[in-house]
Amino acid sequence: MDDYEHNDGHDHHDHGHGGHHHHHDHDHQDVPADIALRVKALESVLVEKGMVDPAELDEIVDRFENRVGPRNGARVVARAWVDPEYRERLLADGSGAIGELGYLGGQGEHMKVVANTDRVHNVIVCTLCSCYPWPTLGLPPSWYKSSAYRARAVIEPREVLREFGLDVPGDVEVRVWDSTAEIRYLVLPERPPGTEELTEEELAELVTRDSMIGVATVPAPPSPGGGS
Amino acid sequence: MNGIHDMGGMDGFGPVEREENEPVFHHRWEGRVYALTRAVKRWGVGRNWPGFRFVLENIPPADYLRMSYYERWFHMMVSRLAGSGLVSGTELETGRSDPDAPKPGLLPPHDTGSLGFGLLDREVPARFRPNDTVRALNLHAFGHTRQPRYVRGRVGTVVEDFGVYALQDSDEGGTQPCDRPQHVYSVRFEARELWGERAAAGDAVYVDLWEEYLEAV
Repeated sequence: MDDYEHNDGHDHHDHGHGGHHHHHDHDHQDVPADIALRVKALESVLVEKGMVDPAELDEIVDRFENRVGPRNGARVVARAWVDPEYRERLLADGSGAIGELGYLGGQGEHMKVVANTDRVHNVIVCTLCSCYPWPTLGLPPSWYKSSAYRARAVIEPREVLREFGLDVPGDVEVRVWDSTAEIRYLVLPERPPGTEELTEEELAELVTRDSMIGVATVPAPPSPGGGS
Repeated sequence: MNGIHDMGGMDGFGPVEREENEPVFHHRWEGRVYALTRAVKRWGVGRNWPGFRFVLENIPPADYLRMSYYERWFHMMVSRLAGSGLVSGTELETGRSDPDAPKPGLLPPHDTGSLGFGLLDREVPARFRPNDTVRALNLHAFGHTRQPRYVRGRVGTVVEDFGVYALQDSDEGGTQPCDRPQHVYSVRFEARELWGERAAAGDAVYVDLWEEYLEAV
């Protein structure tokens, strides 16, 4: 997560340097008990001091609530499904190919895309923290940041996937990618059968966030005739 | 550090709980904490703030588990702001700035030789190549590190060289010098090398490791 602030695409030289040791203090116990009130108090103080601009805060919240999210990643996946050359570039140079669509940025500058096949199933985790490709998937869901997922995804991925409703056959290799450094991962899920007639835009509609983390597959669309 | 944050492989947390149609922020204050964290970072320049993750990782384990995600972030932010004298305990309590306190100013960055964060465009010899067998060193740093404990002493195979990045490890006070550029590798560990018979044969865990976490086997 320190990447989260270093990696906004601005300065790269704001690391801490020095001897302040605050790691065992409990400032938070000195302020009002309710977290919402404490946050409001902090914001008020910082605004009064001229240290932050509320409009800037509104803009950041709006960006992550409304403008960045898994639809970006879905467009990457759909492009790879319809364009074999794009797929090849995406798997060889994730950052370059995702950059072609304009989805690089903080917490997603250095991207590796891993493809699911009938032999290999990939799943992504960050055991140490909550590292996640923001520009392509937005902010992570709570379960991705949970202790249970961070602890279990590496030691018992098949059990975790089963809880998500995904039973990976024994002859399919499970690969877990722990995002420990500065590379962020995106899973390229398999294109479901019965989608040959769909446009790139329609395909992108099918792609879910969870399938790009690797905890789900992309479901086949309902058949147009309504029967099965 | 051997902190509670280094969770890979722990048992006892129960099932992964999911929420359908989860909002980006569950409460207004969560979004404010997220935005504030980003907006205040320029005030840390030149002020010796300890690393973001270092502060989180040093939350005592029982508190870490009890606090929600954005509560930890709030704790981290307050700890840094108060620690560098930018806000006082009274101000945090009252929600009003102290009229007698001097207006804080932005500071120039320290010239420390930090290479920062991100892929570096510089030539550094690589000790390892794809297909090399490597062992993760048995390191127990006091500061922030990106070597998860579950790989220590374990043998894996280099599958990719991601290029040169400054090591992000901190000292035990939380300072990240970021002055050791080196190759970062994707290393494949067979699941059974890490977890024994509990893992399925053929499964694997891929971990991104800076060169100085590794030795040749």
